[in-house]
Amino acid sequence: MSGFKGGVHPKIQKLTGYKKTEVLPLPPRVVIPLRQHLGAPCDPLVEKGAQVKTGQKIGDSTAPVSAPVHASISGTVVELSPKRLPTGEKVLSVIIDSDGKDEWIKMPALDPEKSSREELLQRVREAGIVGMGGAGFPTHIKLNPPKKVDTLLINGVECEPYITADHRLMLEEGEKVVEGAKIMAKILGVERILIAIEDNKPDAIEHMQKLSEGVGRVVKLKTKYPQGDERHLLKAVLGREVPAGGLPFDVGAVVQNVGTAKAVYDAVKLGIPLVERIVTVTGEVAEPKNLRVRVGTPFTYLLQQCGGTVGKVRKVVAGGPMMGFAVHEDVPVIKTTGCVLVMGEVKEEEEGPCIRCGRCIEACPMSLMPTHLVKLVRAKDFEACLQYNLLSCDECGCCAYVCPSKIPIVHVIREGKKGVRRLRK
Amino acid sequence: MIPETKLQVSPSPHIKDRVSVRRIMFTVVLALMPATLCGIYLFGLHALFVIVVSVSSAVVSEFLGYRVMGKKFTMDGSAVITGLLLALCLPPSVPLWIPAVGSSFAILVGKCAFGGLGQNIFNPALVGRAFLSLSWPALMTTWVSPFEGVSTATPLGTWKTGGGYASYSDLFLGRVAGCIGETSALAILIGGLLLIALKYIDWKTPVSYIGTVGLLMFLLGQDPLFHILAGGLFLGAFFMATDYVTTPLTGKGRVIFGFGAGLLVVVIRMYGGMPEGVTYSILIMNAFTPLIDRYTKPRVYGTVRKRWWERKK
Repeated sequence: MSGFKGGVHPKIQKLTGYKKTEVLPLPPRVVIPLRQHLGAPCDPLVEKGAQVKTGQKIGDSTAPVSAPVHASISGTVVELSPKRLPTGEKVLSVIIDSDGKDEWIKMPALDPEKSSREELLQRVREAGIVGMGGAGFPTHIKLNPPKKVDTLLINGVECEPYITADHRLMLEEGEKVVEGAKIMAKILGVERILIAIEDNKPDAIEHMQKLSEGVGRVVKLKTKYPQGDERHLLKAVLGREVPAGGLPFDVGAVVQNVGTAKAVYDAVKLGIPLVERIVTVTGEVAEPKNLRVRVGTPFTYLLQQCGGTVGKVRKVVAGGPMMGFAVHEDVPVIKTTGCVLVMGEVKEEEEGPCIRCGRCIEACPMSLMPTHLVKLVRAKDFEACLQYNLLSCDECGCCAYVCPSKIPIVHVIREGKKGVRRLRK
Repeated sequence: MIPETKLQVSPSPHIKDRVSVRRIMFTVVLALMPATLCGIYLFGLHALFVIVVSVSSAVVSEFLGYRVMGKKFTMDGSAVITGLLLALCLPPSVPLWIPAVGSSFAILVGKCAFGGLGQNIFNPALVGRAFLSLSWPALMTTWVSPFEGVSTATPLGTWKTGGGYASYSDLFLGRVAGCIGETSALAILIGGLLLIALKYIDWKTPVSYIGTVGLLMFLLGQDPLFHILAGGLFLGAFFMATDYVTTPLTGKGRVIFGFGAGLLVVVIRMYGGMPEGVTYSILIMNAFTPLIDRYTKPRVYGTVRKRWWERKK
């Protein structure tokens, strides 16, 4: 396989790869933000005091890019107020107190063979499915590209260190992933299904190979971060490069995370909306685990179920250590939360001067010159930033990871993007 | 459960590679040890004194320089490298005030005057050496034979005056007159290969630099192997043309840099007044580094490369 340029090899810390997913007991209270994806927020469909059932739609929007949200437990709506997301933003959220019964409302099951493309697409939307790999783009939009595509690429790469949620999903519910992929392929009208998995998960590769026989092909990739980024994955698997400012459909492909494929299966075959996901809880906790968690469950509840934190806790990260967000208060699991990482004492090194070693340039999978970008952003020369393709930055963090001077390169670049946008206004 | 007040919020990534500036710098010092020890072995105790004086005056100068600039001095090892490299490219018999003056000049003028680590345009050690060569040319071209310490000419000096080529084995092992740390190609190669293996330096620079000299000398009817092994080419190619701060950032840029420096060495040796040209070849190419960087921007993912003639709007 051709691979992609750049990238880094952080120490593999898959503490939970061999641990079977446990079902987290229902939390007494969930906080469900009305926006858990890239796109417009939902309007609430319930009022304070309303009784809701598991799977009931509690928020929706008429905006073109949006996905509805559903109650993840049955009980009483006790509050509607802005709450913080793992990403740091505050979003209007529905807070539900559990009645302990977990009574469900499901949609009628669909037969993917007999249903039309439109029916299936509508179901994916109604189920509130968004990309579960991290970015959270509404899936029904990705499955309805404006151009003809020839390949559905299922992303089982999971390149962030520590996270094993997708790994476990493939091992434990691989059949559903494959079935979900088949449904998505039907919606897209593509023949070719490829499943990409990194070679640090040989058991998942073997398992998925067996399951996908006659349906698609498993592509084994050399482990490298940030291979899970769909742009780099497309380059590595198909050798196709998404044009700057473009999307994967521009090169005839759609990339979907394995968790998303499983969610599509649930929605179509079982009529279950997206109300739960697998979360890896790892790092400085008594017992790292993979947990099946209802959306809206507070992080503290997850940590309690893992025996609490160990030693001095410095950071709690929502997501992986390379691209995750450090949180400073209790936040809920949302549809895109694959990992809760507890970090202990970290040696914070002081930033030194750039010695022009070029490591960031070598590591940058987009082939940018991060060292120049830092200087240009700090000089507030946003015109020059554009010439150095600042907006192509994926914010994968490889540059900051390798920098021997410990310059927070990707952070500076993020600031630069704000500056560039101000300039354009 | 989450101790809310104590949690630290900082941007991703939350893990960092263990490589630090200090680690890189001290690994380079380590990589210079074979050449250093070889120089002391070949030229005796005085060579050791030259090295000690050079390194310590570099560190002291940097401490004072940073103090004057109001910057925080950290023992990152970069001054040690400058002092050591300068000592290694001095004749073994120089009086001890020469390394002291040279190192101070290298650090204060070659580095601090530009703003300190990462800011300088020219390789500080070579700035120091060029300053010494211009100011005290006689002292800087007085050579002694290894072990005996008797006055003699360097192999390149002998060649320049029509005296023929030294033997390959003497050149490779360093049993010839020359600067303290540059006579033994073997010792330099050991350190250089270590740095390449650790990916601390790019192999492209020494290969393109040394390769250019060898190829052009061959085309000019000279003995290419002699020209590769004689003089300061190895030390320059592995340890000075690879200096992060003053050489290009990308692989392509580094090849261009090596080629340019190699071409200059050949021009100076063949047509210049001096037998050796490594110092000036690198200093001159240092001046081109910003230009090379500008024209060797990598092609960004998802974009079509614009050729230089298309760049003008």
